[in-house]
Amino acid sequence: MARRAQGAEAEAKGGLLLIAPPAIYALLLLLAPLLLLVVYSFLTDGYLEIVRDFTFANYHEAWTNPLYRGVMLRSLIVSLLVTVATVLLAFPVAYFVSFHVEPSRKSTWLFLITIPFWTSYLIRVFLWKVILGYNGVLNAGLMKFGLISEPLTFLLYNTNSVVITLAHAYAPFAILPIFVALEKIDRSLLEASQDLGESRIVTFGRVTLPLAMPGVVAAVLIVFIPTIGDYVTPQLVGGPEGRMVANLIQLQYLRLDNYPLGSALAISAMGIVAVISAIFLLFTRRYLKGTK
Amino acid sequence: MIPKSPISDKPMIEFRDVHKWYGDYHALRGISATIREGEFFSLLGPSGCGKTTLLRTIAGFEGISEGVVLVDGRDMADVPANKRPTNMVFQSYAIFPHLTVAENVAFGLRRQRLPKADLAQRVEEALTMVGLKGYGARAAHALSGGQRQRVALARALILKPKVLLLDEPLSALDKKMREQMQVELIRLQRQVGITFVLVTHDQEEALVMSDRIAVMFEGEIAQLSDAETLYRRPNSRRVAEFIGTMNFLPAEVVSETEHAVEVEAQGFGRLTVTPDQVADDADTGTAVGFRPEILTLLYEGQTAADREVSATVEEVVYYGDMTYYDVRIDGTEKPIRLSARNVFGRPVFDLGMRVRVGWSPGALILFR
Repeated sequence: MARRAQGAEAEAKGGLLLIAPPAIYALLLLLAPLLLLVVYSFLTDGYLEIVRDFTFANYHEAWTNPLYRGVMLRSLIVSLLVTVATVLLAFPVAYFVSFHVEPSRKSTWLFLITIPFWTSYLIRVFLWKVILGYNGVLNAGLMKFGLISEPLTFLLYNTNSVVITLAHAYAPFAILPIFVALEKIDRSLLEASQDLGESRIVTFGRVTLPLAMPGVVAAVLIVFIPTIGDYVTPQLVGGPEGRMVANLIQLQYLRLDNYPLGSALAISAMGIVAVISAIFLLFTRRYLKGTK
Repeated sequence: MIPKSPISDKPMIEFRDVHKWYGDYHALRGISATIREGEFFSLLGPSGCGKTTLLRTIAGFEGISEGVVLVDGRDMADVPANKRPTNMVFQSYAIFPHLTVAENVAFGLRRQRLPKADLAQRVEEALTMVGLKGYGARAAHALSGGQRQRVALARALILKPKVLLLDEPLSALDKKMREQMQVELIRLQRQVGITFVLVTHDQEEALVMSDRIAVMFEGEIAQLSDAETLYRRPNSRRVAEFIGTMNFLPAEVVSETEHAVEVEAQGFGRLTVTPDQVADDADTGTAVGFRPEILTLLYEGQTAADREVSATVEEVVYYGDMTYYDVRIDGTEKPIRLSARNVFGRPVFDLGMRVRVGWSPGALILFR
């Protein structure tokens, strides 16, 4: 008995030793900066320096100033729109690859879906500028076919362009988890549903979709969480109207040198994302358990 | 046990010259057969013989290239799977993992829009029928293999189909469970009285459960008959070898009249069989075939009921209640297998012993 306990202790020690390097790495590079951010958010901004006085003023400012509230709300709406658009567009693609592509060709299809990642994110955003711009590909094409007489101006430098660009950028992140969930569905379940009298469409609603939900939930979170904090896209294609919370934080930190307010905004944004994600998981919980 | 109600002559499923091509591959080659109402029918054959494909043409998951499939007198050509009067128990059981046991069983009843109380009652009845009373609230993924099988049965039978299709339903179960479920399935079939069509590669399973069996090889039905005929009077060497064990000794036909065929068989010598003992099987040379249990090992003082030959024991396989011997009859090249019940007071024969073997021409089959 004693020997067994000793053995377990030695095993535990060995385990700790094994996880120590990544644990230290994570602490230094993830937790420490985050803690610093939390500390900053409670300090007072002086001119050119940070005064070490504890205060809630930054949070008060972040949550009550109509400018900040407006940008925060817009960020939320944009990322929700992006999430809905991305997942709705990704599902048919994932479904097609999983159900209608020959098994031997599936890897080629997945490979093709990841091609946009070969170029940098920045270049992809710039390309959308080329497509959506006043003299861009889309306007030129529509004019050439005589569908419009003058260039459309609502395409670029507003919320639309931010949503389109982000939805495109995050498409593979949504396609892949949904594809994996669809792949895991035993095809005989779909036959069983039809055998029990349901049409293909009803089978989709009663069997395919509920079983694909873990993938959909993952896709929603993977798209929603990073888009709310996206900086590059709103900066390049958003115009003044398309500003999001990350641009605001950047402004506070680098332009106005107000670290405490920037930190409070960042922590607030994080909190909002966390709360919304938690609520979302709560509502989709029943789809996530009970399936193998 | 509920006695088997007599099977009507009414055809429930008819195959008329059914062909199925997968590209160049000819999976079903002119299947014609009739399955009667209330029958427990098995499709038996090695893997790749087309038995599952044939079953799936009844369910509507597989189209056919040529021919006609009728269910209850109706051509199924344009009837999709969800409109057919058949239900299936899948090999993997296909239990919906996101639903409870009760929700699985009630799956096909949704379209009938029953009041909640009626629905619950019918689900409970169906679960009781398969021995899962009170399991309704359980999560489907928490069930054992045997329980999944029962849920799949309840889910199909609750819809009162005209035909229940079973695709190797017992292959995933262990031996004990399998034997138990065989009896259960026979009981259920007698209770509900609907036509069961079972696909299996296990000859024992088919013999135990079926009223009639179709043995399939390479997309064709080789023999269609009841279990006893299939075992005693296989119509070809291939069927004989697939169903149980069959010994063969090379033979030659000496003379033939309308009532008797005279044969010279290696080891057995000159013998006469009646025409109903003859199986026309052009694929192989002439031989006499016999099951291991029709031979008797004779102890000292015993005499054969009919005829006897001398042999040498070359292998002894002891099974407790039975012993299988490989013995070589004098004047033959290969040993044959025979089985003997182990009786108290009679020792098991040893390797290398000389023995006398009793046999009877009436139990032989002449393949030619």
